Amino acid sequence: MLTAEEKHQIEHEISLVPTRKAACIEALKIVQQNRGWISDSSLAEVAEFVDMSPAELDSVATFYNLIFRRPVGRHVILLCDSISCYVMGYEIIRDHLYNTLGIKYGETTGDGRFTLLPNACLGTCDCAPALMIDNDLYRNLTVEQLEEILNKYT
Amino acid sequence: MEKPLTQHIVPGRKPLNLKEYEAVGGYASVRKVLKELTPAEVQNLVKDSNLRGRGGAGFNTGLKWSFVPMGPDAPATKYLVANADEMEPGTFKDRVLLEGNPHQLLEGMIVAAYAIQANISYVFLRWAYKLAAKEITQAIAEAYEAGYLGKNILGTGYHLEMHLHTGVGRYMCGEETALLNALEGKRANPRAKPPFPQVSGLFGKPTIVNNVETLCCLPHIINNGAEWFKGLGKGPDAGTKLYGVSGRVKSPGCWELPMGTPIREILEEHAGGMQDGYLFRGLLPGGASTDFLVEEHLDLPMDYGSIQAAGSRMGTGTMIILDDQTCPVGFVLNLQHFFAQESCGFCTPCRDGLPWVERLLLAIDKGEGRPEDMQALEFHTKYLGPGNTFCALAPGAMEPLQSALKYFREDFEQHIVEHHCPWSTVWQPSI
Repeated sequence: MLTAEEKHQIEHEISLVPTRKAACIEALKIVQQNRGWISDSSLAEVAEFVDMSPAELDSVATFYNLIFRRPVGRHVILLCDSISCYVMGYEIIRDHLYNTLGIKYGETTGDGRFTLLPNACLGTCDCAPALMIDNDLYRNLTVEQLEEILNKYT
Repeated sequence: MEKPLTQHIVPGRKPLNLKEYEAVGGYASVRKVLKELTPAEVQNLVKDSNLRGRGGAGFNTGLKWSFVPMGPDAPATKYLVANADEMEPGTFKDRVLLEGNPHQLLEGMIVAAYAIQANISYVFLRWAYKLAAKEITQAIAEAYEAGYLGKNILGTGYHLEMHLHTGVGRYMCGEETALLNALEGKRANPRAKPPFPQVSGLFGKPTIVNNVETLCCLPHIINNGAEWFKGLGKGPDAGTKLYGVSGRVKSPGCWELPMGTPIREILEEHAGGMQDGYLFRGLLPGGASTDFLVEEHLDLPMDYGSIQAAGSRMGTGTMIILDDQTCPVGFVLNLQHFFAQESCGFCTPCRDGLPWVERLLLAIDKGEGRPEDMQALEFHTKYLGPGNTFCALAPGAMEPLQSALKYFREDFEQHIVEHHCPWSTVWQPSI
């Protein structure tokens, strides 16, 4: 069930656009913000609320890179793997994350703390390599900084 | 040297708030257009200034606006959208403007919206730009408070609403018709044109989508005139341009310079030249979807016509440098992986062709390529080229590939003949 607060926030987004459907991406963002990811049941609840079939909403949800249709950890690491970070050697950062976290792309640590995902260009190419954890951007990365960065997230 | 767009941007400092922005002349252009100019006069002024779209296509902005239905018979609802979905790999110029001076963008948007008589506007912002989202939210609230947005702006009867929409990640959203689908809560597939968005865009209403940098030029054109703007450029193209450089240079960054500044000046004076121990081999002049340029092109001015005449595109104006210690096959493989991943899947050549190109390149990079793979890659540069796909994504993807096959052909062939990567760096695509 959508919570009263979720419904309230989604209704606000609906008020800004001509149809209920048009607010579906905002609705998915609101629910994901609260629940971490979009489960099948969350999807069905949102679909009903914005007058869409679950299949139609799923076609939207699965199109976008940042709507998670599988569970993720408490923190999501998005590592840029695009061209400037490639040239600047981001693979050292990737391999270090693989080794210290014991996971590869698309996986979540056993304690549910981190999910590691590759991400297209973060738009900070003059400060490559770069990654984001949740809402935080880290640039000019070196392997030496990683431990301190990761320790901020519990 | 005049730097109108970045004059009030100090890296690391909070952007000007509304009061501070007004104190340095901010929102003067809104007063001027609303009180002194008709929408047609604004359109003509911008057309005369020769402002060309800074998102990559380079179309005359005033001319783009002129296709919007105007007058009493025009639809009552029209939209203005700022395309702030910067996701072209290697591009980070709009971030500078969004984080550094959000009120300048809002001012430009109000001017543009007035010129086409739109009453609803959106900033379509990339999800990753968290700081920009915070600054723009704050700026929009301040602008409503001060009466620059909402009903009866400055007592002129003009009405404009503005909303921030943050996306959820997909390169396609930068294409203007796909962006409109995303704003409507749909998959960001591109739309067939015609009808063009100017006539039937967001929710079927006349809509203009302009790039952030384009919009940020508008207040200065209104305040200083078309001739002044044209005079800022060094060659045939008007204004300043935010140029960027990334890769193995000493000082990567983004600088506002006269339109038409030579590539060599940008690379050597502003980016500081190559890092010690690295040699220049080539560059993509304006993002991942532009053709390589090489040493012989370095004295070209960075303007639309010169770069096009050299077989490439100025694109976003943010260059990516290929150095001698980076494998050109791996470099192009990385680009093609991005495009294959970001293809919307709507049309077959793009959906199936790009992953095939990626597989061929990966095989070559691993030393498993066959001589006939070169012909297969050549074939794809034609088969996925202009006219064969539904939108410009795949043709854009083919630009760096076709020019790499031209300028770095020996490196590709060496991989095939020697059965290994001469750089011994085989890139493993993400998943």
